[in-house]
Amino acid sequence: MPAPTLPSENPAAAVVNPSGYAIEFDNVSIAFDENVVLDGISFQLPHGETKALFGVAGSGKSTVLKLAMGLMRPDGGRIFVLGEEVTRMSEQELFELRRRVGIVFQESALFDSLKVYENVAFRLMEERISAEEVERRVREALRFVELEQTYDMRPSELSGGMRRRVAIARAIITEPEVLLYDSPTGGLDPVTSNTIVELIVKQRDVYKTSALMATHRLQDAFTMATHQFDKATNQMVVLPKGQHCDVPMSFLILRDGKVIFDGDGHQLATSHDDYIREYIS
Amino acid sequence: MAFELELISPIEVAKDVALAVQEYTLLSAQSLANFFRRPLYMGDMLHQSDLIGVGSLPIVILTGLSVGALLALNSASTLQRFGGITLIGQLVSIGMVTELGPLITGLMVAGRNASGMASELGSMIVTEQIDAMRALGTDPTKKLITPRVGATVFMLFFLTIIADLLGLIGGYAVAHLLFGLNSQQYWTSVWQILVFRDVLTGLIKPVLFGFIISTIGCYYGISTRGGTQGVGRSTTQAVVAASVLILIVDFFVTKLIFAIFGYR
Repeated sequence: MPAPTLPSENPAAAVVNPSGYAIEFDNVSIAFDENVVLDGISFQLPHGETKALFGVAGSGKSTVLKLAMGLMRPDGGRIFVLGEEVTRMSEQELFELRRRVGIVFQESALFDSLKVYENVAFRLMEERISAEEVERRVREALRFVELEQTYDMRPSELSGGMRRRVAIARAIITEPEVLLYDSPTGGLDPVTSNTIVELIVKQRDVYKTSALMATHRLQDAFTMATHQFDKATNQMVVLPKGQHCDVPMSFLILRDGKVIFDGDGHQLATSHDDYIREYIS
Repeated sequence: MAFELELISPIEVAKDVALAVQEYTLLSAQSLANFFRRPLYMGDMLHQSDLIGVGSLPIVILTGLSVGALLALNSASTLQRFGGITLIGQLVSIGMVTELGPLITGLMVAGRNASGMASELGSMIVTEQIDAMRALGTDPTKKLITPRVGATVFMLFFLTIIADLLGLIGGYAVAHLLFGLNSQQYWTSVWQILVFRDVLTGLIKPVLFGFIISTIGCYYGISTRGGTQGVGRSTTQAVVAASVLILIVDFFVTKLIFAIFGYR
């Protein structure tokens, strides 16, 4: 299925900090009461790369995203996002940084009292951008996720997959430098999941946006590792044999609060670790 | 079905209470400080004023009229026994303006709006909408809490004035229709008995009550935990806490005013 037409191929999102990583976790730990969720994890997300985050339910995938966004504070360790140390920033300073980072929540987290266009335009309206400009960009973002017809609808009138796509439109409207996806395809049918995977691949390959994606669905991540977005045909195409995993895509597996794997698709496929082999089988 | 009794240490309970008081104080202080920081969400404040003020008007009209009429009715029989029926206007006036007007309006608005705020914000917490707002670079205390505090304080002030006036009208209806009191006699006694202290008391209280209702409602909403069940719990707790706090503050404000201005 061809992907929706690109709204404006403005490579602003591709502007990267030449030094450092998009996201860096350094010995980060967090516990809820007696339950240690993350126990000194460290990893880096290079600019322009998409990293799929795996782990069983409760392994801390969503927590990693919330920590990166500064929505939670770790008990120990340091987190850097776009070169800034999130763990040392005040909430007010974080509001500024968050304008450069987009997030798609597990259950979409659309504002149910607002219409679709108000949800997508939320950040633009906060920045007091003119109404004409807001409307143009909202329509572009909705066209990007193939949901322009929902402009005047309320989130309660949308299906789960549509809400997820509106959440993506809301996250990308300001062309963020980093995107965080929390189970973007969780609970969706294969066709809708594929549409969302294609949108994420397009964001990775066309806009060069760095992304961290928490997911249960290994097949989605493998699709992303074996496909690239073809601007000419405006759709996701499979990479030729031998070039699989030649896209900026990596995998990270969490287990018992630790990182047990951090590498590319090829390394994952050839891992000898029993747990990993069982996980990917 | 077997029940397991979990014993909680009194020290843990004390710590939890102290933490809750600290969080509530910080939230209240922040909601006030936000009035001096940009952006000020005037549109949201107007929207909340409509919901809180205009929305509460029917219940305030009804309770104001009823309380004034009941006050007149209950006191009339005693006053009549001592031949003091002409004092009914004074009694209704003092009662409504200094005490019952602000108190009843505060309790009514607490029941209606503290619960509304707690459930609305609580639902936003459990559906991650508050996190989404923070992630979109917007401070929820500025966008959600400060407009509610401003709107409640502002609207409760005027709702109380309306309740006072309707209470006096209710009292007049009873005094005139049931006890045949002359209109001029009633309204003159209503007017003449009131002094600066009474009016001040009656106007300070709604400001404090409005602050209590909104901050308690928002605090319980924003600290909701435990899904939809948690939302229900927060809603109930918000109404109870706001009502109790209003009664306590009412007592101390009245005592303070007496201490400053002296007894009648």
